[in-house]
Amino acid sequence: MLVNVTTDSISAGDVQRVIEKARFVREETVRLISIAKTGHYASTFSCAEIFAALYYGVMRLRRGEPDWPDRDRFLMGKGHAAVGVYPLLADWGFFDPELLDTYTRLGNPLGDHPDMRNVPGIDFSSGSLGHALSAGLGMSLASRIEGRDYRVFVLLGDGELQEGQVWEAAMSASHHGASNLIAIVDRNEYSLDGRVEDIISVEPLAERWSSFGWDVTTVDGHDPAAVYSTLMDLRDDDRRTAPALLIANTVKGKGVSFMESEVGWHLGYLAEEDERKVMEELRSGA
Amino acid sequence: MSRVELQDGSWHLLTLLEQAPGLRVMAETLADMVDEGAPVVVGTADLKYSNGLYRFQERHPDRFVQFGVSEQNMISAAAGMATTGLRPHVATFASFLALLCCEQIRTDIAYTAQPVRLIGHHAGLTLGFYGTSHHATEDLAIMRSIADLDVVAPADPTMLGAAIRAYGAEDVPAYFRIGRGREPVVYRPDELRFERGRAIEHGAGGDLTIIATGSMVHPALQAAEELRQEGRAVGVVDMHTVKPLDVEAIVRAAERSGALLTVEEHNVLGGLGGAVAEAIAEHRLDAGLWRHGVPDEFVPVGPPTHLYRHYRLDGPGIAARAREVIAEA
Repeated sequence: MLVNVTTDSISAGDVQRVIEKARFVREETVRLISIAKTGHYASTFSCAEIFAALYYGVMRLRRGEPDWPDRDRFLMGKGHAAVGVYPLLADWGFFDPELLDTYTRLGNPLGDHPDMRNVPGIDFSSGSLGHALSAGLGMSLASRIEGRDYRVFVLLGDGELQEGQVWEAAMSASHHGASNLIAIVDRNEYSLDGRVEDIISVEPLAERWSSFGWDVTTVDGHDPAAVYSTLMDLRDDDRRTAPALLIANTVKGKGVSFMESEVGWHLGYLAEEDERKVMEELRSGA
Repeated sequence: MSRVELQDGSWHLLTLLEQAPGLRVMAETLADMVDEGAPVVVGTADLKYSNGLYRFQERHPDRFVQFGVSEQNMISAAAGMATTGLRPHVATFASFLALLCCEQIRTDIAYTAQPVRLIGHHAGLTLGFYGTSHHATEDLAIMRSIADLDVVAPADPTMLGAAIRAYGAEDVPAYFRIGRGREPVVYRPDELRFERGRAIEHGAGGDLTIIATGSMVHPALQAAEELRQEGRAVGVVDMHTVKPLDVEAIVRAAERSGALLTVEEHNVLGGLGGAVAEAIAEHRLDAGLWRHGVPDEFVPVGPPTHLYRHYRLDGPGIAARAREVIAEA
């Protein structure tokens, strides 16, 4: 079934926080990639508001306690957006923020794709597309077996939906009534080789998930108020019996005009002068 | 459903377990562990009658997860379950587990160091006439090359139960390679002490030491006995843990025999024979090595016992190979 979530009463402060933290994600992404000298700017920019909402209000977390057993979990199918999450984990006190300064350098645990074994706050390692929804399902099943009340958020790329294992997990999750499992599709319309719809179409997206037994919601992934309130509603909906899917319509490269929906910027590097211009644009919040 | 009184000798999936004591031991051991408070969870991919784990489900339905025909999903989900402190034991045919799910095992279980127990049953040639899709003659080689993953091949039902229990106290991920659960008994429960990475040595062999793993331990012992009656001194090493490999046991065998014969229900490349060859080379052991197993080819269809005879992997076949080795050595 398709569900339209109406914006509940959220405060102006909540929205302001999402706006500021999303800008923080984008700026930190630029800063960290300047250390690595290669990175996934555009793929990370499309989920900046999602990261900001999840880590600042939606997810139940405890400062400095990355292993708190009752925490909400966050898994990234599209692990290549990890560069945007590391600064948030440091901000939560899960590790020393100084680690960010040597991102990807030899001996530093922070890589382009996240490693749960070495990075506190990463709930599951990823990098190979298609696995995360299954792993999230496992955590959801575990919460039932162990009697714990947490939510499991899984971020999927839209290109990632071409992986068969995603649909194994989708079928399995609805069969098992994994209602605390909330998947978010970052529908930025692009994967590495171009437009997802030109490569292998994933449409009709909502209907497909719905036919797999998921409750489907759609949101403008760059509207801070809508992203925040929708995710809050999905998190707190105790009556849901099915897993939830949120289609976040986004723009790959959002926030940097020359990167938006430009294929090449799936991966790249900004030399000094370009980086300065990009930072300027991000700070101006255009 | 109409019930028909079946003649003796007829069988169906639900009566199969009667013929497979190893599978019964596995299901009962896991269920007992739950009774004792262990955080054991069991997952299957539409094979609960083939692997006997329906018996576990009967005792602990709330600890049993049916994943259907989606093996890769099961492996990644097991990893997710393990992150919360559960001990998932997930089982499917070894051919599907080690080959279809290889990447999920590498990336989601071993790389993350989650203590999942991967149970590859019907390994080797045990699904004889089902064909190559169902044969697993590559799994030891594949699993052995994955970092931080233990590879264990218990010889009989007793050892299977003991290994599952022993790994209850281990925090590492592990691949268990088992057969149909019909392996003849090698060990009595009161005489077996299973230790991770510690081979079991049966007798000393001045002429030859056979190093066998899993299903090949029983026929290797038969072969050694046959040769002993011919006046040959042949020892057998049960290398149940293929990784981490008990190198000291190999060193001792090399010192005693000078001739080593590895026997495995697996391609001779990359499995036990490969592991022992690496140990001999790296430690510069003064010993000749002969590898016995499935040659580097796809196995024809045939009943398992016929295939064992074809490849000389039964007692008499191993004895014949051993005589050749002693003559060459």
